[in-house]
Amino acid sequence: MAKFNKGKKSGMAPISTASLPDVVFMLLFFFMVTTVLRETELFIRVKLPEATEIKKLEKKSLVSYIYVGPPILKLQQTLGTEPRIQLNDKFSSLSDIRDFIISEREQKDEAEVPFMTTSLKVDEKTKMGIVTDIKQELRNCNALKINYSSRTKIKK
Amino acid sequence: MARKKRPIPEINAGSMADIAFLLLIFFLVTTTMDVDSGLSRMLPPPVPENQEPPPPIKDRNVFVVLVNKDNRLLVEGEPMKVKQLREKAKEFIANPRNTETLPEKKETDIKLFGKYPVSKQVISLQNDRGTAYGTYIAVQNELVAAYNELRNELAQQKFGKNFDELNKEQSDAVKEIYPQRISEAEPKNVGGQQ
Repeated sequence: MAKFNKGKKSGMAPISTASLPDVVFMLLFFFMVTTVLRETELFIRVKLPEATEIKKLEKKSLVSYIYVGPPILKLQQTLGTEPRIQLNDKFSSLSDIRDFIISEREQKDEAEVPFMTTSLKVDEKTKMGIVTDIKQELRNCNALKINYSSRTKIKK
Repeated sequence: MARKKRPIPEINAGSMADIAFLLLIFFLVTTTMDVDSGLSRMLPPPVPENQEPPPPIKDRNVFVVLVNKDNRLLVEGEPMKVKQLREKAKEFIANPRNTETLPEKKETDIKLFGKYPVSKQVISLQNDRGTAYGTYIAVQNELVAAYNELRNELAQQKFGKNFDELNKEQSDAVKEIYPQRISEAEPKNVGGQQ
């Protein structure tokens, strides 16, 4: 045995894996830092429409989201497939939008209120009727900055 | 005696990588990397009840886009595909040959450009309550694209840069020549009640 070892010593040394944890930890921290955990659970299915001329939303803290779309498959038996509005974590009706906007405003600084944006995440198959109603409601609450959320379409 | 000489055994760090991998995979799965983006719009402020109706705009200055409940387009009285809309809108906004039927132009003083004929264009978009949201966004996208392309062309011509790369003063001047005027009519039913 001893002889055997002696002969091999001058040969290839095994690659050290001691730094493997370091590498993996580095990746881990990267993902931990960039992760945004899902804030709301969606009860509706939203497939965003495609667009090319899109702008990124700045200042995520100033954005409030309104989701519109048909309920997810699990809930379709009880709720049907009619598009519904979701604010935060529950189904809502048109009249709830006003309260929603007001409560969003109260959480923010007064100076920041004019920069608040409402992002509409609407399923592409939804009819415009409900979207128009939401827009009218937003106009009445003076929440005029809106953003039609959409996916990037690769330009040809 | 022999026992005391024995060194403290090293902690085996071999499984460290496994633990780190486990955490790594957890974060990989829960990560949502999507950046929120979309078409930004300003809604018009609510109309006061006792306001006088605005003065009428000449027909030649308005580019009417209608979308019906079957997602079909009627542009300036003729049916059209979404793909053709961009070219048509560009021609309308710029009115390169000063055609009689396209918008009027008014000489305006603009910084960096001097006197420049600015067209009095307005795009009016009307949709039915039954229009699909996807089509509506596609139309909006084409109209915004028309403005962006014209602004880019002008910026290239004047400053040799794209519109996005201009400084504030330059981009303001370009914006003044091609202001984005997309007006959405108060909702109504176009193309049959359902």
